[in-house]
Amino acid sequence: MQFWYFLTALTLISALMVVLSKNPIHSVLYLVFTFFCISGHYVLLNAQFLMAVNIIVYAGAIMVLFLFVIMMLDLRRNSPDSKTNLTKLAGAVVGGTVLVIIIAATRKINLGTGADNALYDSQTGMVENLGKLLYRNYLLPFELVSILFFVAMVGAVMLGKREAGERNF
Amino acid sequence: MKLSNRTKVLEQEELTLAERIYLPAIAGGMLTTLKHFFQKPVTIRYPEQKRYLGPVFRGHHILKRDQNGAERCTACGLCAVACPAEAISMVAEERKKGEETLYREEKYAKVYEINMLRCIFCGLCEEACPKEAIFLRHDKMVPVFNDRNEVIFGKDKLVEKMDDRYLRDGWK
Amino acid sequence: MELTSTVFTAKAIYVGVIFAITLGVAAYSTYFERIFAAFFQDRVGPDRAGPFGILQPLADAVKMFMKEDFIPANSSKWLFILGPCLSMFTALMTSAVIPFGDTIDLGNGVKFDLQGIDVNIGILWVFGIVSLGVYGILVGGWASNNKYSLLGAIRAASQNISYELAMGLSIISILMMTGSLSTKAIVEAQQNGHWNILYQPVGFILFIICAFAECNRTPFDLPECETELIGGYHTEYSSMKLGFYLFAEYINMFVSGAVMATLYFGGYDYPFYETVVNSFGENVANFIGFGALIGKALFFVFVFMWVRWTLPRFRYDQLMNLGWTGLIPIAMFNVVWTGLIILLPAEFNLSSLASIGIAIAGIPVLIVGLFIYHSIAGGKKKKTALAR
Repeated sequence: MQFWYFLTALTLISALMVVLSKNPIHSVLYLVFTFFCISGHYVLLNAQFLMAVNIIVYAGAIMVLFLFVIMMLDLRRNSPDSKTNLTKLAGAVVGGTVLVIIIAATRKINLGTGADNALYDSQTGMVENLGKLLYRNYLLPFELVSILFFVAMVGAVMLGKREAGERNF
Repeated sequence: MKLSNRTKVLEQEELTLAERIYLPAIAGGMLTTLKHFFQKPVTIRYPEQKRYLGPVFRGHHILKRDQNGAERCTACGLCAVACPAEAISMVAEERKKGEETLYREEKYAKVYEINMLRCIFCGLCEEACPKEAIFLRHDKMVPVFNDRNEVIFGKDKLVEKMDDRYLRDGWK
Repeated sequence: MELTSTVFTAKAIYVGVIFAITLGVAAYSTYFERIFAAFFQDRVGPDRAGPFGILQPLADAVKMFMKEDFIPANSSKWLFILGPCLSMFTALMTSAVIPFGDTIDLGNGVKFDLQGIDVNIGILWVFGIVSLGVYGILVGGWASNNKYSLLGAIRAASQNISYELAMGLSIISILMMTGSLSTKAIVEAQQNGHWNILYQPVGFILFIICAFAECNRTPFDLPECETELIGGYHTEYSSMKLGFYLFAEYINMFVSGAVMATLYFGGYDYPFYETVVNSFGENVANFIGFGALIGKALFFVFVFMWVRWTLPRFRYDQLMNLGWTGLIPIAMFNVVWTGLIILLPAEFNLSSLASIGIAIAGIPVLIVGLFIYHSIAGGKKKKTALAR
């Protein structure tokens, strides 16, 4: 329990630092750290597979690409132009609306009096159980997601493909 | 417009599949390096092992004496004039009575210095010398020096010792 | 309580030993890299520090520590320091899940696994940590505030991400053979000579190529390619920070050697295990198994060096082409063929010899398939690279 508090505090602080730090590179690195903390939460929930996948996919691949793009763009140079009063106002309106929606949505949630010990199974998060669940009960959504990924992949290949006669480098 | 008719147009052929898979070629290359792995190294470990540098190697300078032990150098200064690096300097002195066994001619070099930082071991001093007094040894190199004070070699280091005479193959 | 503390002490000792072995191997890899480089080029190599130069790593370490620790003026200081730390950290974390040996009997019925921790996602852990390894390079390269460093870092990032895909696909074939993600289970499935290399020759070749790319070793060491990028991502680094980067590379080599031994060469399995058990007892046999795994890993370190001093560096577009259009399709073919290797013997009650035969038959099928693709695609467009 003590560790949970520590980890949660760490998660929240690093998540806040993502928003608050001025340098976009620092933001991304804090975001990576936040993903690590979330992986730690997965471990506490005995969901090791999710933890590994979270690290591989988010921290290991997607955030590397984020960092990659931000490093290439060099945002520091352009930052003063992007903060006109209009953008600030728009950001405040959008952020405030989201905050209101989240508060409204979570206000009614009953957190309950704790887990039901009779239904509790510590092995739920293990790979075998997760796999069985995915490939038996949720086969259709799973396959649909794979089709979605496939479409995204085809789209990426089409975007990245060179036109005939065009040279990009 | 061609200057000669020997121009060859190089046509690179499309790689065949076996070449494109690359792995056979990589395996062949690795076998070649493995063969070298077990071969004897060709290194000569220098300070311990020295190789013969040949009869014309130009190494340590030496001021010759004649067969009676008198210095041949007469301090004419031709070597200093010939030296492209201006490494040689000397001070001449007249021979006194009773020094005939020490110096061959009536004039000799009281001081004879070679700056080894300047010397390029070209051997022009050897060629310029009319008295066959200065030579560059083929069998000995100038030792490594660690201090600025050591780089100017005086007569103490240059004049031939009678018990360790320097002889070339042709002189015998 | 007594039992827990014995196991705990043993575990602590084990972790210390693995740590020491990893660091020692990494330190001596630098020495053997130079010695082997010399041997491959008919030279002698470093032989001045101590007999045969075996004190060379010590001399190098002293040199590294004595050098000026320089931080460039406009660099981002903390990230500059963080870079090499991250590299070292991720390099050392992987060995936690590698089973270095079988169980050791500590007496009083206490059994002790020669493995850091046996999690049921073992191989995913390795995979995840390997994918994190690029952060050290990326952060360090960016923080240097130097164009060459940044280019090196970006090359490293894109190279690692590209080769992770093919690596993951070749691991999937292993998972299909074993039916478990746990490294221990993978090794146990290979006992008594049923090494995965016999069933997965194509997968192994893919994996070793990807391992070269992930370790940034020649022929894929483009992030630190001197002719184009001065020193690559560690151009601005000096002293022990540079030492950490170089050290991390050697640790990665050793660990990926151990991973390859675990996945494809039976882990701690070795021939005549039964004979040793019968004549010397199980503990001795398992300690020999520990040595066997270290030996296999060291052999792969040798292969890494052997390849380094044989092959020239790739060009960057060739590297990307090889990863995306060469290795990934072959890896996908390998996954499908692995299904065949598993299903056919199960369907017709064939022996394991038959599945080895099917596995080896996969290589000519792959080559014929490549040939057909080559003649179709190569006819239309001359410049399409197949396995380039």
